[in-house]
Amino acid sequence: MNNFKLWCAKLLGMPPLASSNGQDVDDLIIYVHWLMLALFIGWIIYFFYALHRFRASRNPKADYVGVRNHASSVVELAVVVVEAVLLIFIAVPLWAKAVDKFPDAKDSTVIQIVAQQFAWNARYAGPDGKFGAQDMKRVSSTNIFGVDPSDPNGADDIQVLNEIHVPVGKPVIMYVSSKDVIHSLKIIAMRVCQDAIPGLRIPCWFTPTKIGRYQINCAQLCGSGHAGMTGGFLTVESQADFDKWLNSKTKKKIQSAE
Amino acid sequence: MDATVHQFPPYRKPDGHHAHDEHVHEHHDPGYWAKFIFSTDHKIIGIQYGFTALCFLLFGLFLMLMMRWQIAHPGTPVPIMGPVLEKLLGQVAAKGVISPELYNSFGAMHGTIMVFLGIVPLAFAAFGNYVVPLMIGAVDMAFPRVNMASYQAYFLGGLVMFVSFFIPGGAAQAGWTSYSPLATTIPTHGQLFWIIGMILLISSSLMGAINFIATIIQLRAPGMTWMRLPWFVWAQFVTAFLLLLAFPPLEAAAILQLMDNVAHTSFFLPTGLAVGGQLANVSGGGSPLLWQHLFWFLGHPEVYVLILPAMGIVCEIIANNTRKPIWGYKSLVYSVLTIGFLSFIVWAHHMYMTGMGTKISAFFQATTMIISIPSVIILTCFFISLWGGSIRFNTPMLFALAFLPMFGIGGLTGLPLGFNVSDVHLHDTYYIIAHFHYVVAPGTIFGLFAGIYYWFPKMTGRKMNEFWGRVHFWCSLIFMNLVFMPMFAQGMAGMLRRMSDGGANYSAAVNARSGAEVIGGLSDNIMALHVWILWAAVALGIAQIPFIVNLFWSIKHGEKVGDNPWNSTTLEWQTPTPPPHGNFIHTPTVYRGPYEYSVPGHATDFTPQNEPPAGSPVLQTATHAH
Amino acid sequence: MDIPYTVQPRPDTGVYNAKVGIWLFLASEVMLFGGLFSAYVLLRVGADPGTWPHGWQNVTLGTINTIVLALSAITTLLAWVACKVGQFGKFKFFHACTLLFALAFAIIHLNEYHEDLTHYEIHLTNGLIADGHMVENNLKEDHVIIEGRTVNDEKLLYDLRSQKIKESEIKIPRSEIASMENYGPWHNTYMALDFTMTGLHLLHVIAGSVVIGYLWLFGRKMWKTNPAQFTNRVEVSGLFWHFVDLVWIFLFPVLYLT
Ligand code: HEA
Ligand code: HEA
Ligand code: CUA
Ligand SMILES: [Cu+2]
Repeated sequence: MNNFKLWCAKLLGMPPLASSNGQDVDDLIIYVHWLMLALFIGWIIYFFYALHRFRASRNPKADYVGVRNHASSVVELAVVVVEAVLLIFIAVPLWAKAVDKFPDAKDSTVIQIVAQQFAWNARYAGPDGKFGAQDMKRVSSTNIFGVDPSDPNGADDIQVLNEIHVPVGKPVIMYVSSKDVIHSLKIIAMRVCQDAIPGLRIPCWFTPTKIGRYQINCAQLCGSGHAGMTGGFLTVESQADFDKWLNSKTKKKIQSAE
Repeated sequence: MDATVHQFPPYRKPDGHHAHDEHVHEHHDPGYWAKFIFSTDHKIIGIQYGFTALCFLLFGLFLMLMMRWQIAHPGTPVPIMGPVLEKLLGQVAAKGVISPELYNSFGAMHGTIMVFLGIVPLAFAAFGNYVVPLMIGAVDMAFPRVNMASYQAYFLGGLVMFVSFFIPGGAAQAGWTSYSPLATTIPTHGQLFWIIGMILLISSSLMGAINFIATIIQLRAPGMTWMRLPWFVWAQFVTAFLLLLAFPPLEAAAILQLMDNVAHTSFFLPTGLAVGGQLANVSGGGSPLLWQHLFWFLGHPEVYVLILPAMGIVCEIIANNTRKPIWGYKSLVYSVLTIGFLSFIVWAHHMYMTGMGTKISAFFQATTMIISIPSVIILTCFFISLWGGSIRFNTPMLFALAFLPMFGIGGLTGLPLGFNVSDVHLHDTYYIIAHFHYVVAPGTIFGLFAGIYYWFPKMTGRKMNEFWGRVHFWCSLIFMNLVFMPMFAQGMAGMLRRMSDGGANYSAAVNARSGAEVIGGLSDNIMALHVWILWAAVALGIAQIPFIVNLFWSIKHGEKVGDNPWNSTTLEWQTPTPPPHGNFIHTPTVYRGPYEYSVPGHATDFTPQNEPPAGSPVLQTATHAH
Repeated sequence: MDIPYTVQPRPDTGVYNAKVGIWLFLASEVMLFGGLFSAYVLLRVGADPGTWPHGWQNVTLGTINTIVLALSAITTLLAWVACKVGQFGKFKFFHACTLLFALAFAIIHLNEYHEDLTHYEIHLTNGLIADGHMVENNLKEDHVIIEGRTVNDEKLLYDLRSQKIKESEIKIPRSEIASMENYGPWHNTYMALDFTMTGLHLLHVIAGSVVIGYLWLFGRKMWKTNPAQFTNRVEVSGLFWHFVDLVWIFLFPVLYLT
């Protein structure tokens, strides 16, 4: 079964997949394409057969009534049923899973992301696992996360530009926002896509399964640099590597503060 | 009652000036300006609309070619047109290279022009104006002067859009969707022109829509009951309602964006906006999503505005060239009404990635799936209609037939977009570009080509050249597919739309240079398709030359034909060609449905809607009269 | 060539053309204002708690304007009835009233705009906020004078319904002004909505007045030749006028009372 799925994905030319939740996305795409293919082939065969059989030179006199049965209603009904099944049993539950069943923040890597023209800012809670207090009112060009500098929880928070690291096999929760125009955070291999909308902070999550370095795409027209907003990368690494990375960043921050 | 009213055919070929005699009191020559520029005759207005819209389509095609060059060869000067662009537009096209700003302008304006200045005016206004009053047996539109004003507003709107290319900074750059805050924060004035142009175009469409609906309700000929309307008229009727009710919210949105632009309000600008490293000097408190809701509330009905008239044309031509009634006329009517209604409640499927909750998402996924059913029914009816026909393959029919699988591909690829989960991967990729171009380009445009070839003899009394028509058809069909089919592959592979460099910066090649190995860059094969698409698009453009030449050449030199060259049943063919001012010599009376072809026992294989039933007393008086 | 049913109703639909036209137009107008009202709802619901203004408009003037428009609706109806029963003189009289009411409405409304635009919120360098009607703002002088009050928290400016406001003349040296803004559409979302919605409504009032004014000034000729058609025109323009009144009936509570 899995091999078959892989084969389908390959046939459709889908890019490599590196998250567990992404399997749902790929599965649904594949199912729908089977439906499309069946309809297309069925109709196209009928279509050419009808054109051939009823061309004027072969069938000079048309039949006033034409088709007398209601076979087409069966086809239509079949489309309805298949679409309904896909919708009710697959699409809606999957989306519910994607937006309602968030993993527990304690077991996940939590990141805040603020997009800007034309880069990605990310903020981690640091070793204490707690973000410093934030307030939209504090948002400014130098404080795009609206951090309250007096909150001790924020002392070890770290902020990075474009280089986002996460440990493998652990869910990642991202709070996505933007400071200027609408961008869209799309990590193709993770099958996540979330518009980054100024004034809103929208959570989304995924669970990376493969170590590697992945491109982050901006999927929403955001100005003349939209095509060049390619500096963002997601690095999926082992927990140990991730901790090391996080520590080095924290240290750097504390050092520079002293 | 005077017997001649019921004469059949209601008009005899005017030997000499027979047709004119009866209306002699009206025939003071109105002069060129009154006749062609400020005409209130629906046929002239239809032709004005059609010609202007074709020019804009050509312009949209040109913009597209410039973009495709830039995609295939980013950063290199455009051949031939490069220096011209630089001369006309200045800095944004320095050295003949299309800058990202210019690319964004061209992209936004290609979309805007194709949709609002090309297809809607051609499909709805031009065909609707020329054909609908004739089809329902009306003397003109219900409000001829409003009709003229509608064209003038359209023309003005087009002018504003066109002029905006040449202002400093160029035309709008925020996509045809004009999402705020981007649209508001770009410092040039292109967006202002876009908004003003849109307000004019919306006003034009509103006037047109009111006119169409009133005409169809009020001016149907005696006997033309609702269920005897040609389905094309139904399609236009529903289209008019979509324009009437969906456009005003966009007008509201445009007014709000205008206020954001000129009165520095913050309807779409949230608190804490920092553009270009500086806190925007606005009060804040607005919502970017509000714009999206208002835009797509129009946007989705709009896509059915683009497709329904084309479906209507295809329906007429299929009935005519299979020589048999359309199968399932009633389901067609109910389907188109259902589409019209449902299209108002699916808009948020364009906003799946904005962080939608389960309930709202489930609602919009459900409506999106449900609305695909009437489309399936309509297509099925067309397919079934072929069965038992005696199919003539003339140029209009070829285009109409090609419409079916092309729309099929476009429509079917809408399904994976309709599910929130699968849209995650496909959103804003070239898969979507391919999806909707399949419905609007080889779909709608083919439908419109079919209509042009089909009704040309009514407008001019001559047919367009059949051979060149076929050349035009086969080349367009092949190159359309060569242009758009590869885009599915590109989109599936993750190529995003609106990339001024065609995604070169996301390509595997560029990623490789960054040192660490990056997974998921666009492969060389995918990138290489750009060049193929470019040349297919160029060929597609060249394939339009036979059409353009054919169109103008045939006005004077085409094969001369009679009033009803296609042996059609509907009323527009039962008038003189071209129809005089006032359309019908005598008000026609309608006795039957629109598609009575190959009626058993009838002498010819078509029975016009206004032919009195055999043995009716009217027919006898008419025969006596001769 | 004559277009049928311009004057007499079509038997099977029971209406004449222009009536169909105006009802369709009004349907589109409903959608236009519907779009604006939904914008209002969305922005109001999305506003930060406690920041939506209350009691910023002059309810007395608003009530007067509501009454004025209601009266104009009555005179519009009477003008049409007068046409119906063939009394052109009465038509002239009633529509003269309508036009005067429209003028009164416009004058009162423009006066309200003037009030808003001369009302300033002035942030002082010491953190206080002066708020009130500008009395003197002479660029040659080094101070401005307002008739109003000073508050220490912007929140106090939002809900004016329950406050007893003591106004006095305040002289503020320009050197103490940090920023100064009048209550134009740029002031906040509420003012933006107020100006946009009432502005668009006022444009409709003006457009309606132009049509009615045209019929009033130049109607005699058509009345002589084709009274039925003239009556239709009066009816159609009256329907438009009633719609404009109706919009105000919604605007008034939404902007003045809540
Ligand atoms: C004419 C235009 C048109 C039409 C008719 C459609 C029809 C449909 N569209 Fe499409 N759509 C667009 C134009 C159109 N669309 C445009 C312009 C955009 C992009 C806008 C932008 O972002 O810029 C878009 C985007 C778009 C999206 C948003 C994607 C995204 O941005 O993430 C979605 C999502 O649901 C969608 C879905 C659908 C669906 C389900 C249909 C259904 O109605 C389709 C139903 C039809 C069928 C199911 C086919 C039936 C036919 C057969 C069964 C016969 C087959 C026969 C043969 C093949 C021989 N469309
Ligand atoms: C109705 C709408 C319509 C039509 C018909 C087309 C037609 C075409 N479009 Fe377009 N397109 C859009 C609507 C349309 N497009 C929209 C809405 C967008 C999104 C914009 C955005 O991102 O904001 C878009 C974006 C878009 C892109 C993506 C740009 C990007 O994301 O960066 C591309 C890329 O290839 C493209 C290509 C084409 C091509 C090759 C055609 C071809 O099919 C063109 C074929 C044209 C013809 C065949 C012309 C026929 C006319 C004549 C021959 C005239 C004759 C004249 C006289 C007689 C005077 N389009
Ligand atoms: Cu950021 Cu596109
Ligand atoms: Cu849609």
